[in-house]
Amino acid sequence: MNFETTIGLEVHVELKTKSKMFSSSPANFGADPNTNTNVIDFGFPGTLPSVNKEGYRLGIMTALALNAEVEKHTHFDRKNYFYPDNPKAYQITQYEKPLATNGWIEVEIDGKTKKIGIEEMHVEEDAGKNTHGEDGYSYVDLNRQGTGLIEIVSKPDMTTPEEAYAYLETLKQTIQFTGASDVKMEEGSMRVDCNISIRPIGSSEYGQKIELKNLNSFNHVRLGLAYEEKRQAKILMMGGKILPETRRFDEATGETYLMRVKEGKDDYRYFPEPDLPNYEIAQSWIDEIKSQLPEMPNKRRTRYVNELDIPEYDAGVLTATKEMSDFFEEAVNMDANPKLISNWLMGEVNAYMNANQLDLLETKLTPQNLATMIKLISDGTISSKIAKKVFQETIENGTEPEAWVREKGLVQESDPAVLTPIISNILDNNEQSIEDFKNGKDRAIGFLVGQIMKETHGQANPKVVNSILMTEIKKR
Amino acid sequence: MIDKEQIKHVASLAKLEFSDEEFDEFAEKFQETIKMEDMLTHIDTKGVEPTTNLSTRTTTFREDVAQKEQSRELLMKNVPEEKDGLIKVPSILDTEGDN
Repeated sequence: MNFETTIGLEVHVELKTKSKMFSSSPANFGADPNTNTNVIDFGFPGTLPSVNKEGYRLGIMTALALNAEVEKHTHFDRKNYFYPDNPKAYQITQYEKPLATNGWIEVEIDGKTKKIGIEEMHVEEDAGKNTHGEDGYSYVDLNRQGTGLIEIVSKPDMTTPEEAYAYLETLKQTIQFTGASDVKMEEGSMRVDCNISIRPIGSSEYGQKIELKNLNSFNHVRLGLAYEEKRQAKILMMGGKILPETRRFDEATGETYLMRVKEGKDDYRYFPEPDLPNYEIAQSWIDEIKSQLPEMPNKRRTRYVNELDIPEYDAGVLTATKEMSDFFEEAVNMDANPKLISNWLMGEVNAYMNANQLDLLETKLTPQNLATMIKLISDGTISSKIAKKVFQETIENGTEPEAWVREKGLVQESDPAVLTPIISNILDNNEQSIEDFKNGKDRAIGFLVGQIMKETHGQANPKVVNSILMTEIKKR
Repeated sequence: MIDKEQIKHVASLAKLEFSDEEFDEFAEKFQETIKMEDMLTHIDTKGVEPTTNLSTRTTTFREDVAQKEQSRELLMKNVPEEKDGLIKVPSILDTEGDN
């Protein structure tokens, strides 16, 4: 029997706001335990939540970037559950009328484009963090409690682990470009849960799905799903039954393990949140946000290839993050050669970022300085050898290249009126080398160029030196 | 209608424990309340939009300004036990983590 796979993904991304979604506590990552909290996050009686406008705006922006329809008449709901990571014993979410519905993104798989649907997405609050101590107690940090999240629920449109991987990559990149979230799996600002089922090919009904958790990278998602496809097929082939389970992926073994069997339907007893009013989202606000939506990576790639003559692969690298892409465009706008900017960004700049574990915006390099440096190379003011020195200086200290090059006397000497007497003088003192060259020893030229470079402290333009040298030798 | 099993279910969702006698008592008392509330189901609500909120205000937003309103020290005054700035609670290993 052959099976086909059905995959749906639930992705949580943390909204990049200064304050939390439902309280004004700071929402930054890494503060001392329980210091980013207030009476609302602690769930004290009599406190009331309030909705962060910027959080909702970022939600709408994400919805628009994912081609979803924004719900105009909405309200919040309570999802009731009892767990110490949330002292209120309920999560504020949107259940009946989510932020937006019916979105889609296009992903590329093996050179082919596939549209993957998004069922709905909603705004909700994150919970605190529990640490289980070895002393039989749990320890709760409520710093994350109340931080804004958007949950993005895909349609069950994916049929392979590779498609799920591609969907996540595209989703992450799209959201990163909106600026709504940092979307970093390693910092928990992006989290992924999977639903997967298999059924005999041709069957009209879906198989029993299981939920997969504890996925700390996109690669784990791919591996976990691939393992599940095989596990479920094996059970069905042996005449077994798939149970509605929640399973966790174990990165050490690459296998999935049972966490719990879901008995009956989840019982969250949703009801409208009485502490918050209804929300009417004005079309004018949606339009305003739409006008602020940055150009998305796929459009930028096409433009780089068609208008700036950048190879397809390079365009992909340049649009990996919005920071890189914006940086590139700013440098291009300063009239430096796009292909050279691209080469520097992909080469030296990337190498520097990797070696120092920095993001682009954490370096001291500015688009202006990079463009200036490239123009200095293009017009022959500095040699590419000197450029490496200039690059180090500007990326480490933010130094303006042109002034620095002049101050340090690193400008390349290209003037024949200056170079000819120096070259003549060296030839006068090295008649043996001229003789050697005329007898076919090409290496003699290398020696002479070396002498000239030494004399000019490496600043002579090699091209100009070569042409003068040849003319001068021929004269003798 | 509400029976003892339903009440047991709700109690388990709230992680509350009761004796069998207490459940019997709840079942009886809840039944009376539910019976009274049941009158509401006889009202014809055809074409009436469900009420989600009684407030006359709509769409109130807060500007995104981060503030520290209470100190941790003050907030911890209502915490039964704390350790290194963390709230100490009995361990619950049946992790939910659904949100």
